[in-house]
Amino acid sequence: MNSLKRSIVSLAIGAALAAGAAQAQISDGVIKIGVLNDMSGTYADLAGPGSVVAARMAVEDFRAAAKGMKVEILSGDHQNKPDVGSNIARQWYDVDKVDVIVDVPTSSVVLAVNEVTRQKGKALLVSTGATSDLSGKACNASSVHWTYDTWMLANGTGSAIVKTGGDSWFFLTADYAFGHALERDTEAVVLKNGGKVVGKVRHPFPSSDFSSFLLQAQASKAKVIGLANAGADTINAIKQGAEFGIVKGGQQFAGLLVFLTDVHALGLNTAQGLLLTESFYWDLNDQTRAFARRFGALHKGAMPTMAHAGVYASVLHYLKAVEASKTDDGVKVVAKMKELPTDDPLFGKGVVRQDGRKIHQVYLFEVKKPSESKGAWDYYKVRATIPAEQAFRPMADGGCPLVK
Amino acid sequence: MDAPDPATPGPAAPAAAAPAPGIALRAADPSLRTFRIATLAMAIALAAAPFAGIYPVFLMKALCFALFACAFNLLLGYVGLLSFGHAMFFGTAGYVSAHAAKVWGLPPELAILAGAAASTLLGAVTGALAIRRQGIYFAMITLAIAQMIFFFYLQAPFTGGEDGIQSVPRGRMFGVLDLANALTMYYVVLAIFLAGFLAVRRIIHSPFGHVLKAIRENEPRAISLGYDADQYKLIAFVLSAALSGVAGGTKAIVFQLASLTDVQWQMSGEVVLMTLLGGMGTVFGPVVGAFTIISLEHYLADRGQWVTVITGAIFVICVLAFRRGIVGELAEWWAKRRA
Amino acid sequence: MTEIFGIPTQALAGQLLIGLINGAFYAMLSLGLAVIFGLLNIINFTHGAQYMMGAFAAWLLLSKLGIGYWWSLLIAPVALGAFGVLIERTMLSRLYKLDHLYGLLLTFGLALVLQGLFQNEYGSSGQPYRLPQEFAGAFDLGFMMLPRYRAWVVVASLIVCLTTWYVIERTKLGSYLRAATENPTVVQAFGVNVPRMITLTYGFGVGLAALAGVMAAPIYQVSPQMGANLIIVVFAVVVIGGMGSIGGAILTGFGLGVIEGLTKVFYPEASNTVIFVIMVIVLLIRPAGLFGKER
Repeated sequence: MNSLKRSIVSLAIGAALAAGAAQAQISDGVIKIGVLNDMSGTYADLAGPGSVVAARMAVEDFRAAAKGMKVEILSGDHQNKPDVGSNIARQWYDVDKVDVIVDVPTSSVVLAVNEVTRQKGKALLVSTGATSDLSGKACNASSVHWTYDTWMLANGTGSAIVKTGGDSWFFLTADYAFGHALERDTEAVVLKNGGKVVGKVRHPFPSSDFSSFLLQAQASKAKVIGLANAGADTINAIKQGAEFGIVKGGQQFAGLLVFLTDVHALGLNTAQGLLLTESFYWDLNDQTRAFARRFGALHKGAMPTMAHAGVYASVLHYLKAVEASKTDDGVKVVAKMKELPTDDPLFGKGVVRQDGRKIHQVYLFEVKKPSESKGAWDYYKVRATIPAEQAFRPMADGGCPLVK
Repeated sequence: MDAPDPATPGPAAPAAAAPAPGIALRAADPSLRTFRIATLAMAIALAAAPFAGIYPVFLMKALCFALFACAFNLLLGYVGLLSFGHAMFFGTAGYVSAHAAKVWGLPPELAILAGAAASTLLGAVTGALAIRRQGIYFAMITLAIAQMIFFFYLQAPFTGGEDGIQSVPRGRMFGVLDLANALTMYYVVLAIFLAGFLAVRRIIHSPFGHVLKAIRENEPRAISLGYDADQYKLIAFVLSAALSGVAGGTKAIVFQLASLTDVQWQMSGEVVLMTLLGGMGTVFGPVVGAFTIISLEHYLADRGQWVTVITGAIFVICVLAFRRGIVGELAEWWAKRRA
Repeated sequence: MTEIFGIPTQALAGQLLIGLINGAFYAMLSLGLAVIFGLLNIINFTHGAQYMMGAFAAWLLLSKLGIGYWWSLLIAPVALGAFGVLIERTMLSRLYKLDHLYGLLLTFGLALVLQGLFQNEYGSSGQPYRLPQEFAGAFDLGFMMLPRYRAWVVVASLIVCLTTWYVIERTKLGSYLRAATENPTVVQAFGVNVPRMITLTYGFGVGLAALAGVMAAPIYQVSPQMGANLIIVVFAVVVIGGMGSIGGAILTGFGLGVIEGLTKVFYPEASNTVIFVIMVIVLLIRPAGLFGKER
């Protein structure tokens, strides 16, 4: 370790002199991190510019400058379009010499970027992208899937709710591939745990009016209404659900993909009682609170979402792996990331599996009543904790070609 | 640009005489000599661009859109029909080409042709319905059909929903040119673009093109001269759809992806913007417009919604102040200076 | 229980009512569009953005100034109407001698600018607007729960629509308006200030959009995209009703709301598309729309 530090110090000097043996390993002497996400659309609040803030904090906490590593952060807006996303990724790798892309919400986009990254042999750290295909059939030696995935959401929310008595479900599903996948996975979990699905309706994406669908859900008398959609659709469905007295009538909403910022946008009055699964909440312990305070100071007072936490933790671990492997070659660093155990203030200790899946415990949260909340951003209480080994899909079931 | 082509109506043709002046503003059309010199200059500049350090993928994107805008201009600028659903041709070809290359394993040239054929067919059907209406109703009916087509692609299993068709193989053109090489791909796209561009110019200056212009200027007069105006409009519509298809198919092969973006109504709006900005009814206008818009999007990509704001502002400024577009205004200025 | 196509009649009644409520929004928005088109010959693509701004105005009034729903109903339309007047004076008035399509293109650009600016300023997940206290709760109609606020929306929209229709079709002011549409020169010669009338009409149309926006605020999340998603549907409504026909816009708005509502039961995936299918069919059979006359 000592000699390593020395070599990195010499690397710093070497960078200034544009020479040095160790430096040859880091292409062009700089580690470039590209934060690629939705900077202005539906997911701008839950990931967006906040992810750039989180990545900066990770570089700072790694003390890259003190270690003589030069790290730069770029950001790009993929507008939730796969063509825009793969285009930016291609250009970043080809022209801007980006070494690693992080975050990437929207399943369709992350799959496209994943493919470009694989072709170019670089590295991809996924935080907000949800599709569990990343550690399944689309898995490869270049990517790590950090924060959560659709399997985890379906499993966490589905099984925990059925076990606590919510055994009849009605699905409100956004009519696109991602919504279908979320619905399918959750339905399987509900059935496996002895629950039943009494109905489902697929709404066009995006929709603004859900009253008709809510009426169908209400008529179904299901105990739980599963929202297999995201962003504005989820928000509008919950908001209008309050108007139609869904929760007052004894039914409960289960958000299959809801983030802290969505709850913030809804307000507790409307969102109370909502059940959701996340792998991070800012108010879990002293370390997460300390992180959240720093983050808030840099990001208009907003608290970090699990997407932001994932960006922070994955970048931190990536930099550790670069330091340990003394290279920025994408495939080698990702291999090192899988080899080194992870340890960060937000997710605690964990591992990155062979299929690129990061493993940690996850939580089933319930949104507090306004009377229970002590102030701004005090939104969740923990209903259940799912241990790391049960939270994610077993490696053998994913069908990742890297797993033998 | 000097004296207008003798066969085309001069820029000062009285618009007031026409009952339905249409949207097009006639700009001075360059003479054949000027056109040849300008085209050659453009081709050389584009061929040299990758060596000037311009990123080939960016150039390819701009070229695909330039061809799309040229095809659109054929309809808007020379027939005076504003289609608000042209993305359906661009996107359809993208899906069909991508499917042909990925699932059927066709070589790229055949995949693009398959895409173009599908767009042509779609163009024939929608054209037959739409050209029966004019002006705003034409725009609305194309928009409505495009929305239905969009819905079809959203639902059809082969398109992969919002994931689109990903990882489309580029393959080998004619079995010899390896398109995985960025430069080879670029020159193929450039060749396709130039062919399409010249085809548009050829169409405009053919006897057929002159009839189109006559219809744009004064449809009743053209009809009374014995031309079947609807027939001509339909052919123009189908040609425009076919060329849009070539552009869309090429884009799918370049980016190895076909997605819903290319069939959304916003895409139809974008091609209107490119044509309007560059100068509708001018041969080079759409090319200039496409390059301008794509560059804007490219360089403002990390500025969030400012792209939308600026795009919108350009629309407003164009309509208020530069209705001839960049090329149209330049040509006008040049003509005035020489007069 | 009686059933129609496998759906209990009671549920169907509920869905029809919901369709009518959504139709109320379509009617109010398409009414504004129709009024503007009737007099200005401009397809106001900015209408969606103006609706969105109406909702934002309500939210801003409440959250920044503490001004509640009822005052917003008045202030937002007036403020945005004034904004509309400004747009008409500075931009649209230059386009009247040109083809319709330029108006469409200009307002399309304007919509992009406004939407982008709001998105930059307020983000995209939107802002919540509290339901006014007096509307909390729902009526139990037996076959469904009807939220009080939704009932109010239908009633208010009907009042607005019928008043507008009455003013334009049955009063002296309205007859000036209609005459100015037919032949502005003659009306001008009679001493009516036609340009000012046109300006005020545009302001009024925009005010209607803003009013619909305020009414939508408590139901939908107040977000910058709320108008963009709606505008082409409302467009279709106007085209189907017959461009410029006031009564047509109102009837078609409610009618299509109901049809869309039924689609949500039988083929929900297609509920965004059904209106366009109807539009194509109507345009092919009746080129000027159901209630319009070709101009």
